[in-house]
This record gives sequence, C-alpha cells and structure tokens, in this order.
Amino acid sequence: MNPADFALWVYLSRTPLLWLTLTLIVYALVDSASQRLHRHPLANPVLHSMWIIGAILAWTHTAYSVYFDGAQFIHFLLGPATVALAVPLYENRAIVARALPPMLAALFAGSIIACVSAILVAKWLGTPKAVLISLAPKSVTAGVAMAISQSMGGDPALTAVMVISTGILGAILVTPLMDFLRIRDYRARGFAAGLAAHGIGTARAFQVNPVAGTFAGVAIGLNALLTSIIAPIVIKWLIH
Amino acid sequence: MLVNFAILLTCQLLGEISAKALALPVPGPVLGMAFMFAALMLRDAIRRARPNFTLGHDVETTGRNLLSHLSLLFVPAGVGIVGSLDVFEKYGIALAVALLVSTLLALLVAVMAFRLVSRLMGETP
Repeated sequence: MNPADFALWVYLSRTPLLWLTLTLIVYALVDSASQRLHRHPLANPVLHSMWIIGAILAWTHTAYSVYFDGAQFIHFLLGPATVALAVPLYENRAIVARALPPMLAALFAGSIIACVSAILVAKWLGTPKAVLISLAPKSVTAGVAMAISQSMGGDPALTAVMVISTGILGAILVTPLMDFLRIRDYRARGFAAGLAAHGIGTARAFQVNPVAGTFAGVAIGLNALLTSIIAPIVIKWLIH
Repeated sequence: MLVNFAILLTCQLLGEISAKALALPVPGPVLGMAFMFAALMLRDAIRRARPNFTLGHDVETTGRNLLSHLSLLFVPAGVGIVGSLDVFEKYGIALAVALLVSTLLALLVAVMAFRLVSRLMGETP
C-alpha cells in the first residue's frame, strides 16, 4: 500500500460507515446465494456472513469493538424487529389461539429437555461446573440467557457464544429433521424452531413458511419466560 | 414509514419500561411485542368506530419489511463470537456434542409434544 492509500484506509477503517457497508454487502451477497440454492439449510445467511466478515476483520487486524461501532446500527434493529413479530402474530391470531394447548405442551417438554440434556451430556463428558452453568440457558434469546448465566455464577460471554452457536445449529437442523420425521404441520415445526433456536431459528422459520415464523416468534417469548424460571432450579438440582 | 417506525419503537420503549419497573425476567422487546399486539387490536377497534382513522394503517408493511431480513440483524452479534470460538478448543469436543445433542432433542421433543396434543384435540395436520 502506498502512503496515500494507507492514509485513506486509516481514515475509513475508523468510521462506522465502512463496517456498516461491509456488513450489508456481505449479507446481500450471501443472501442472494442462499436464495439461488433454494434456501438450503446449510446455506444459512447468518453463518456464512459471520465467518466471512470475521475473516476480513482478522485479515485487516480490526478489533471487534471497531467493527461494532458500525454494525451496531444493524444490531439495534433487533429490538424493533422483535416488536414487529406482533404483526404476523396479529394476522394469525385465530390460528395461534386455537393452538394454545399444543404450544404449552411443546413449551414445557422442549424447554426442560433443552436445558437438562445440555447439562447432562456436557457433565458426562467432564465439563467443569462454571461452564455447565453458562451452557444451561443456551436455547433462550441472548439477553435473557446471559442474565440467567450471570445470576447463577456462569460466564455471560461464554453463554453468548453458546446461544448463537445453538441458534445457527438449530436453524440448520430443523428443516432436515422435520422432513425426516414427515411433519407437515408448520405450526409445530415453527414453534420447535423458535423454542430450540430462538431468533436465528425464527429467521429460518420465516424463510420456510410465514405460519412457521409466527409460531417461532411466540416460542421465543414463552421460552424466555419459562427458562428464566426453570433454569435456576435445574442448575441447582443437576450441578450444585 | 416514519410514523410506523415510531410506533414500533414506542412499543419497545413501553416494553423496556415495564420489564424494568416490574423486574420481569422477559426482555423489553418481547414485552414490546405484546404492547404492539394490543396496539393493533386497539387500532382496529377505533377503525370500526371511526372509519377515517388512519394512524398506523400500514404499520404491518414496516413490520414485515423489518422481519424479511431478520437473519441480517444477527450478523453483528454472530461476528462477535467468531473470535471466541476457541472455547470449543478449550473445553474439548464436549461443548459441541452437548449443543448438538440437546438442540436435536429439544427440536424433537417440542415437535412431538405439539403434535401429540394437537392430535388428542382431534386436529388433523
């Protein structure tokens, strides 16, 4: 790089504009590839955008905090987007109201299994106690999961990694698993996706079917509520 | 568009305030979803009484536009964990196996419970 180019790079790399623009461009490219691959589960737009951007940051020696100065404008929209989940919920309110008993059954069974099975498998494989606590709330939306982890003596940063990994894993697994089980009920498929894989699972559900997305959105809220009650009990019972 | 966005943010703000004030274990935006739902019901109730009421008549369009790129909104947080993936190295394969098994089980059990109760209610898919 000659000095003039370098000066331009130093200037641009410190403004939010560069990293905001990069995030949008990478996502737009990845998303159009995902569309061309007919939304194949492995062509998950979150997964591929994040490693490509991560590689660019590593290659340019850019700190995450510098990147986030730009990307925070996108991150901020998660709040209003969560509020906007009320729109499909309102439009499908008759279907959702009728499905209340199956939703509650799926909520209790799925929420307990998500928490208990993660702890038991990791414990069996010899994972230390503090890590088990950080792992327990991994199916819940990040803010709630980190709060649970912190209050029980876990590491919220580790929990965030577990939550996002679970979201991507769930978003990739849900379609092949449901097709394998021959489940054609998009209410059930969507609810399971939102319960096991929070917002990233919900984003996947909306790619597949609007009713699935609606039920996934309901599951995020209900599971946040239930896990914040049961996770502390399960942690005390299985770990302490 | 501008008014619609203000409506969404107002609901989020109400959600944040009530979550903090009542010390609820639910995130503010999730409560905001409930406020938005109530706002939509209220809007349609007013519209039935006064057909020329137009506030938020197309808030659905803004909501749907935001949701159409829901995946994008997780990218900044996702990039944040790329640098922390060494935790999987540190704690061996145990964490990855635990995540895989429990995510599969949660999906499986949730969908089975849903279908079972739905069938008991006499519904066909």
